[in-house]
Amino acid sequence: MLRSPKLLLATAGAFALSGCQFDVLSPQGWVAGQERNLLVIATLLMLIVIVPVLFMAVYFPLRYRADRPDSTDYDPSFTHSNKLEVVVWGVPILIILALGAVTWIYTHRLDPYRDLSALNAGTPVEVEAVSLDWKWLFIYPELGVASVNELAIPAGRPVNFRLSSSTVMNTLSIPALGGMVYAMAGMETQLHLIADNPGTFAGRSAHYSGPGFSQMTFDTRAMSDEDFNAWVAAAKASPEALTRDTYLALERPTIGEPVRHYGSVEDGLFSRIVGLCVEDGKVCVGDMMMQDKMGGGGLNGIANAPAYDYDRARAIDGFGNPLNLPAPEPKAFHEAFLTNPDLICGTGRTEAAIHVN
Amino acid sequence: MSTEVANAGEVISPIFGRLTLDWIPYHEPILIGTFAGVALGGLAVLALMTYFRLWMPLWRDWVTSVDHKKIGIMYMVLGFIMMVRGFADALMMRAQQAMAAGGATGYLPPHHFDQVFTAHGVIMIFFVAMAFVTGVMNYVMPAQIGARDVAFPFLNNFSFWMTVAGALLVNISLFVGEFGRVGWLAFPPLSGAAYSTGPGMDYYLWSLQIAGVGTTLSGINLIATILKMRAPGMKLMDMSVFTWTTLCTNVLIVAAFPVLTASLALLTLDRYLGTHFFTNDFGGNAMMYINLIWIWGHPEVYILIIPCFGIFSEIVATFSGKPLFGYKAMVYATACIMVLSFVVWLHHFFTMGSGANVNTFFGITTMIISVPTGVKIFNWLFTMYKGQVRLEVPMLWTIGFLVTFTIGGMTGVLLAVPPVDFQLHNTLFLIAHFHNVIIGGVVFAVYAAVSYWWPKAFGFKLDDRLGKATFWFWFIGFWFAFMPLYALGLMGVTRRMNSYADAAWQPYFIVAAFGALLILCGIICTFANFGYSILNRKKLACGNDPWNGRTLEWAMQSPPAPYNFPQEIHVRGRDEFWRMKQEGFTWAESYAPIHMPKNTATGFLLAAFALAFGFAMVWYIWWLAGLAFLAMIAIGIGHTFNYNRDYFIPATTVTATEAKGATA
Repeated sequence: MLRSPKLLLATAGAFALSGCQFDVLSPQGWVAGQERNLLVIATLLMLIVIVPVLFMAVYFPLRYRADRPDSTDYDPSFTHSNKLEVVVWGVPILIILALGAVTWIYTHRLDPYRDLSALNAGTPVEVEAVSLDWKWLFIYPELGVASVNELAIPAGRPVNFRLSSSTVMNTLSIPALGGMVYAMAGMETQLHLIADNPGTFAGRSAHYSGPGFSQMTFDTRAMSDEDFNAWVAAAKASPEALTRDTYLALERPTIGEPVRHYGSVEDGLFSRIVGLCVEDGKVCVGDMMMQDKMGGGGLNGIANAPAYDYDRARAIDGFGNPLNLPAPEPKAFHEAFLTNPDLICGTGRTEAAIHVN
Repeated sequence: MSTEVANAGEVISPIFGRLTLDWIPYHEPILIGTFAGVALGGLAVLALMTYFRLWMPLWRDWVTSVDHKKIGIMYMVLGFIMMVRGFADALMMRAQQAMAAGGATGYLPPHHFDQVFTAHGVIMIFFVAMAFVTGVMNYVMPAQIGARDVAFPFLNNFSFWMTVAGALLVNISLFVGEFGRVGWLAFPPLSGAAYSTGPGMDYYLWSLQIAGVGTTLSGINLIATILKMRAPGMKLMDMSVFTWTTLCTNVLIVAAFPVLTASLALLTLDRYLGTHFFTNDFGGNAMMYINLIWIWGHPEVYILIIPCFGIFSEIVATFSGKPLFGYKAMVYATACIMVLSFVVWLHHFFTMGSGANVNTFFGITTMIISVPTGVKIFNWLFTMYKGQVRLEVPMLWTIGFLVTFTIGGMTGVLLAVPPVDFQLHNTLFLIAHFHNVIIGGVVFAVYAAVSYWWPKAFGFKLDDRLGKATFWFWFIGFWFAFMPLYALGLMGVTRRMNSYADAAWQPYFIVAAFGALLILCGIICTFANFGYSILNRKKLACGNDPWNGRTLEWAMQSPPAPYNFPQEIHVRGRDEFWRMKQEGFTWAESYAPIHMPKNTATGFLLAAFALAFGFAMVWYIWWLAGLAFLAMIAIGIGHTFNYNRDYFIPATTVTATEAKGATA
């Protein structure tokens, strides 16, 4: 089934004639290729039932028109047929069984979390991709460089993405190379792709994320190993360093940010980004969860609220401009509750240790 | 508490809340033009109504009416008005995307464009599609089961006006403030307090909450009606398939809408009280919202399409001159779809990082739904087989549906295959798919229903030529508007883009815009048809049973008397009216007085205060919110003391009405 290159070529060729780049149908990597094959298999399987239905939907009303010359075949008692019932339930069930089996196999084979080591395509490149308002940051942890709105990868080698977001949801989408996965704040997701040959492929966020969403695009440049090494060397030569401070500056909302490279990256930056604790004085999400597991901060923890506060500092207006929302006053809350502790907790608790980063 | 989420420097006035003159968009020429048009049109309507002294009849016969037929018609009017609004949004989007290629920015900045696509989705689903299917169910179902009205007539009126209040709140946002810029399901954290400041998101929340009250209550009402008010002798398996689909849909409404209410309420708490259900910080989890909203959202699309399956079942049987093929299979298939629609929601976010096992499970459950749906399509086809098919306008819509919906179903199953969805998720392929099933399914069904039951409601047919023109404009327009989007989706083009750099996409967007213009012609033909047919109603007048129908609604007069049926019908099986006609049925000579519910203004007043409450909550006008809420409680309690709720239509009036109908 997989090996019907003529048919695939014919399909792709028909579309290619239109002069447009059908990224999904003309894959540039193994993952996208598998996904395209699956698309074609599923379509063909369904056409087994779709084609007769379309034919009957047009033929029956014309064939059995009320004003036909010979209507002796009119049979109003034809309202049930066990044979037809078996066919109309049976055939779709068989098709769905086949499609379900194919789905099972391909969904496991193409799980975005599954690495591409099975391809034996060389050492993977690690990329930590962060969606910011409204641009993409790509950190290469092993290489110590980072880039904004440009993704350079070596052709023929797997790319292991770890994804997160600084504020709202986005998806990292490079249709020529394969499917997309969401990037979400406070969480890490994964995606594994590969480009078979050098080339430049469109990449973007495929989940609406606010005023600058349409400009949240980047070029994916798949290069030969030498070109990639040269790219890394050029990036390393950049005087800019991606530190916690420069990240916080970069993270401020902008639209149509130009390509930019960072010659060095502060250690552990990505895990702080995932933990929402790049800023000084913030508790990372993982630590917060542990504190919660240990019983939480209790009444006395109210005063520590600013250490967990994240979204407020990133508020925007309807045009994407940063807004300063008034800070809450946890001290006032704290004092109010201290005067009447039974209001909220019943009995006092010991203050949990706050691990501030 | 409110100051926490207010804009910096924004003053919350004790009288006007955060509503200031700055929120009136007088600097937006598009909105000023729209407002001028709406205001002039509104004034013209007001003037004409005053001139023709229609205010009292409107209030007495429509606004306060508890008659399921009147309420059904009002739902349809609401649907058509809101369709004009929602379609205007669609035209604006198509124009923007046809222009904004290769560095051009088009004419809509993101701030406006993002509101337009959000409003388009919200309006088309909640106030067009929902209003339409609720209207058809309201009008037709009680008549098909031989009832005089729904189980709770006042509740029906209240439900309708709550839906109107929600729709009005959405439209107020056009001229006072702004609407959400979040997409129709408003995923947080984007829709949360920090990333959607301003009143737009709050308009979204309160309008859907208010309309949701109406939808949920209407669901309860129609279930009770079907279960308790069928004509004597009518067993469940004697019901028409449309009534079955109404039952299944309303079960879905009652099961699913509370989930929507709860998820929106949690988001409201996040925005108003600073809770952290769906925020990034303090352990909130936006994925929870996305699960919840789709646990409602997937059944919702079946809430829309299931009654449409019922509409086509009625039409295809009538116009083929045969009973529906495979009635029992049809009923079981509907019930299957109803149950399965609750176990597929995750297919809306395969790309959110669930494991392969979870994705496979939801992919396969989704594909399984296509089996009962396919069975239905075969049953419609075999109903036509060996029939006497009359290609009248309702039948054209049905054939158009069979072709269009089948293609839409196929692309739907493609999207149900997780690895294919990884590629096509959030692309224009998805947009093309769901318009393929919602236009091809719901819109075509509603048009079919309007042309099919219009003669029942008003006593005259719609014009045939304009009806056919409407169909062909919609049908061809649909293919022009959405086939390019399938192609763009296969290029990986994302939805909701305000502009794009790749100019090679532009021709496809231009073709899509052309398709939208064809659909515009279809919509113009619709209204031209209504106008023309009303003016020529004498010529188009028809009897009580113009299509040679099979079900009980055709036993009523056209237009029906308030009591529907002058006497009880004893049902002996399916297609009872067909059997009655074979036996040369006539009504009895003498009639008994008929017990009927009385009109009431309570529903309208409650909804008016709900609208005031919603508006006040959007703008933080706390005093008004409090007062409006208290007024609703007071009116609600007050209504329980109204014992003057029913009356009898005297036998002489029934006799006179029936005699008049017989000569018409």
